[in-house]
Amino acid sequence: MKSWLTTTDHKRIGLLYFFTAFAFFLIGGIEALVIRAQLAQPNGHLVTAETYNQLFTMHGTTMVFLALMPLSASFFNYIVPLQIGARDVAFPRLNAFSYWVFLLGGLFLNASWLVGPLFHAGTLNVAPDGGWFGYANLTERQFSPGPNIDFWLLGLQILGISSLAAGFNFIVTILNLRAPGMRMMRVPAFTWMTLVTQFLVITAFPVITVGLAFLMFDRFFGTHFYVHEAGATPILWQHLFWLFGHPEVYILILPAMGIVSDVLPTFARKPLFGYTVVVYSGVLIGFMGWGVWSHHMFSVGLGPIADSVFSATTMLIAVPTGVKIFNWIATLWGGDIRGTTALHFAVGFIAMFIIGGLSGVTHASPPADLQQTDTYYVVAHIHYVLFGGTIMGLFAGIYYWWPKMTGRLLSETLGKWHFWLQFIGMNLAFFPMHFIGLLGMPRRVYTYPPELGVADLNLVSTVGAFLIALSILVFLVNLLRTRTHGQRAGNDPWGGATLEWSIASPPPVYNFSVIPTVANRLPRWKTEHHEPMRDPPTTPPAPIHVPGGSWWPMLAALGLPILALAPLTHTLWLAFVGAAVLLAGIYLWAFEPFEA
Amino acid sequence: MVTSLGLDSRKMAFWAFIGSECLLFTSLISTYLVYKGRSVVGPYPHEILNIPFTSVSTFDLLMSSLMMVLALAAVQRGDMRWGKIWLFSTALLGLVFLGGQVIEFTEFVHKGLTLQTNLFGCTFFVLTGTHGAHVSVGVLWLLTLWVRALQGKLTQANAMTVEITGLYWHFVDVVWIVIFTVVYLIQ
Repeated sequence: MKSWLTTTDHKRIGLLYFFTAFAFFLIGGIEALVIRAQLAQPNGHLVTAETYNQLFTMHGTTMVFLALMPLSASFFNYIVPLQIGARDVAFPRLNAFSYWVFLLGGLFLNASWLVGPLFHAGTLNVAPDGGWFGYANLTERQFSPGPNIDFWLLGLQILGISSLAAGFNFIVTILNLRAPGMRMMRVPAFTWMTLVTQFLVITAFPVITVGLAFLMFDRFFGTHFYVHEAGATPILWQHLFWLFGHPEVYILILPAMGIVSDVLPTFARKPLFGYTVVVYSGVLIGFMGWGVWSHHMFSVGLGPIADSVFSATTMLIAVPTGVKIFNWIATLWGGDIRGTTALHFAVGFIAMFIIGGLSGVTHASPPADLQQTDTYYVVAHIHYVLFGGTIMGLFAGIYYWWPKMTGRLLSETLGKWHFWLQFIGMNLAFFPMHFIGLLGMPRRVYTYPPELGVADLNLVSTVGAFLIALSILVFLVNLLRTRTHGQRAGNDPWGGATLEWSIASPPPVYNFSVIPTVANRLPRWKTEHHEPMRDPPTTPPAPIHVPGGSWWPMLAALGLPILALAPLTHTLWLAFVGAAVLLAGIYLWAFEPFEA
Repeated sequence: MVTSLGLDSRKMAFWAFIGSECLLFTSLISTYLVYKGRSVVGPYPHEILNIPFTSVSTFDLLMSSLMMVLALAAVQRGDMRWGKIWLFSTALLGLVFLGGQVIEFTEFVHKGLTLQTNLFGCTFFVLTGTHGAHVSVGVLWLLTLWVRALQGKLTQANAMTVEITGLYWHFVDVVWIVIFTVVYLIQ
């Protein structure tokens, strides 16, 4: 127990990220099921409008910040150091800090469901209710007087610190801890996409930090950053939010693209087609992701020039994305394909992401977008991209790397059941939303009248959502069953080309008994140009120093939610306690003898 | 430790952090510029900003950067006597700058400009306050190094630590140059 609380081992932190994020994924999923149950019939009355507002806000916020990002982070943690031939990340204690801040931030945000009575309100009354993008000035104290939005903005500030810390850590890890010979153009595609993602994190998160800080000052200290009467414009919030928000979309999708770029070659037994182009397309997406944010704001009326520019950039960013899709298809073409569950999810990712990408391009046209804004069409689009895309990609990664992380193979039979149920479920759930939206059903409204003529489509969507839930249950059964009944994986159950497959599953604490020397992009494969590398010996020839654990990252992390409680409860002394805990954690951490 | 790029990992992480901080201050400064001239009530910037006073504290902060350079040079050549002196001087000049900011803020409040008064008050106090918070962290950091040096625990072997502290300090200084130009000089 203590060894898990103080761990600085990237593999353990990766597992902690996985289980925590998956728990939040289940919570966000339950919220989605309640939403779909409410919308199954017209004039639904399962929940009130107020509860519904909290449900969709927490569903979006949870899935983006507490499920998808940290599930990607679990693979950054577990797989990246193995793929580059490193013994750990560059800053193991900072890594632990990122995890604890994420956990505490997630708990802080979700505590809002339960603590209503402390704020003289009922349970299920004070959870955030302003939508995941929390538009000002709706989120100002004047229009949202309760603690709901406070939970949201303070929770996101805490989570931002976690992402930023991890961002610096992984940039340095990938650039600086590569094994000898592992030149940048030999780095596996997943690690490359991790690198691009982290650059997006460290540049995008400061912007939302400032936007949230303004909102915080408005709500707690009476400033007027988003107050129209004082001469300010609430559009500032939209710019700051989407300047962060659009890169965030790529923060969510690029890791999944990286996973798919590693899974496909393994199961097609062919190198990734156009590796260089795939990598450069990812980098280009990273850059262009910064130039499209106002396509979320066409309905604001920014004028013909701004609309035209953002319309053009939005269409352009589809080009590098399309390039990747063609490269993935070309990787499969003529390959010796093995239809594993991981490959099913990877191919499912490509298919679903194409649909999501195409509906995304339809948003690029401002006149069309005006019809789609705030309707279920947008909900359909984001779910094709983030569920059909990111979640499918992440599951491809789970089925691919689970044997590496636990030493046991997940059941392929249950895996196929999981895949098909989820695939059919998601299309039933999200495809009708295109029509529901175009027929005029607005999003974020707790019910709809029968005259709108979308009752049947909504029922289909609800059935689909419960099928997805069933598929996740199958997955959980698979996980549990694998613990005891799973087939042993050995070093390399798939015949992978990259370094993580050259060592035991799960890897020993030091990862590589001898740091490998890399001579090419596919070190473990025999090609016409080279023989496969020799795997490192099972027992290390010389003793390896492994850094011990540390309590201080957790202590420092604990200071942040205490600091956040101060404004939430209007208690000044808590701010001093929080700052003292944070400082104590940082100082003990800095002066602790620790050799990475 | 041997690294792929031959750069110290902590230093590289710090450069990434500074890159991230650039976006933070860019957002704050952009907001200040976007809201410039949009306050519906006074006091307005030209009525209240005291350029001569702030020029002195700007000069003070610039000089602290010079002290920082001298501190790093001293520690790098193993001259801990001067290392301690320059580290302390850097922190002291940082404290003087913060004192100047306290005086300035107090004066503005007396003249009727608070966080709540108008958009100028909001953007000015949050921008310069965020910078002041960064200076405070820097002062705390420098004083920590100074105490460690007094204890004999900071030596030539820790030159990289001082170098990274210097990176932070110079960055905070450069940000102030931008703020001083944008907020005070170009009205």
